[in-house]
Amino acid sequence: MIGFDELLRRFARLERGELVRWVENRWVLPEESGGRWVFAEVDIARVELILHVREEFAVGDDAMPVLLGLLDQVYSLRRQMARLCDALAAQPSDVQAAIGRALPKPGE
Amino acid sequence: MAAQTLYDVLGVKRGTSADDIRKAYRKLAKELHPDLNPNKPEAEARFKSVAAAYDILSDPEKKSRYDRGEIDESGAERPRYSYRPHAEGAQGRKYSPQGEMGGEDLDDILAMFGRRPGGGRGRSSMAFPGGDRMFSLTVDFVEAATGARKRLSLPDETLDVTIPAGIDEGQVLRLKGKGDPGFNGGPAGDALIEVHIAPHPFFRRDGDNIRLDLPVTVAEAVLGGRIAVPTVTGPVTMAIPKGSDAGTQLRLRGKGIQRKGHEGDQYVTLRIVIGDSGDPELAKFFETWAEQHKGDPRRGMGTGDAS
Repeated sequence: MIGFDELLRRFARLERGELVRWVENRWVLPEESGGRWVFAEVDIARVELILHVREEFAVGDDAMPVLLGLLDQVYSLRRQMARLCDALAAQPSDVQAAIGRALPKPGE
Repeated sequence: MAAQTLYDVLGVKRGTSADDIRKAYRKLAKELHPDLNPNKPEAEARFKSVAAAYDILSDPEKKSRYDRGEIDESGAERPRYSYRPHAEGAQGRKYSPQGEMGGEDLDDILAMFGRRPGGGRGRSSMAFPGGDRMFSLTVDFVEAATGARKRLSLPDETLDVTIPAGIDEGQVLRLKGKGDPGFNGGPAGDALIEVHIAPHPFFRRDGDNIRLDLPVTVAEAVLGGRIAVPTVTGPVTMAIPKGSDAGTQLRLRGKGIQRKGHEGDQYVTLRIVIGDSGDPELAKFFETWAEQHKGDPRRGMGTGDAS
């Protein structure tokens, strides 16, 4: 968990006004503590992600919420898939084998 | 502002054919060649960057890696940014979209079961099998050896469980359809019963054989005779040979675990017990007997004349 200024120091190319806007746009969701924003590891990684796609793929402010929304859906699905896989892994081996046989192979 | 891409350097668009990339490169290389531009360091620097750009874009493998963002303009590996492990961890949950795709329950995924093309049926008609239920049951040694029927009392029902002869410690029995009920007509799950075997005061399992230490008197060991021996199916009579030593192992064929097509044996190891060691008559006899029999059973074990 780091504060606003420490996050700015970590990313020299990130401007103060930008970060404020990202939080206001809810692209980054810091927690509030004593009237200050604190950023968890996931928030820091997300700031880095936004910087990365902006610089490398020239994604602008208009396209960013679309891109983040799609990414969030993918990760939400991946988390749900992971839970489904955990449930499958807890099944007896014959049940797992039956599910494996029932899965269509790529191209079917 | 985005950095200049290799395509920018060659003045072409992303997606330009290999032929046109080569033409663009040749044109620029001629224009900027140091021999034609003496004393123009700017041209020389551009010449170098054009050559470097062409080096990557003319190599199909490097070009596709560059296009995928795996390598940068200098051909160096790009660090893979580390959002994914955070997003997939518990912390990432707060970025989970709300509404249509929202929530962390499995509803969206389970809802897909009913949405197969051509099916057109809702999720509610989808049949799911019920879950398995796990139980634990302890049987005594003889029941495990010979097989038994046990009744498992649950809050809502009783299950009759057939314990097969020779079941092993920790073996799991499956009762089909005795688990949780299925959904929408799906089959019920199974009851899985893990069987534990209580230890016995004198029998021991050794695979399909049963072992037993059998106490015998001095007289029985010396004189031999027929004595009653417990087995898992009840006592049987066994002949003890005359002059048996302690530790002698005798076999009762077919008195171990009875499985289809194979039957184990019971091995009986004799253990001589003196019992009432204060018996004066026996002690008196051995005093006389020992005088006339000086044999040393420990001869050859290096004990010498220590006794």
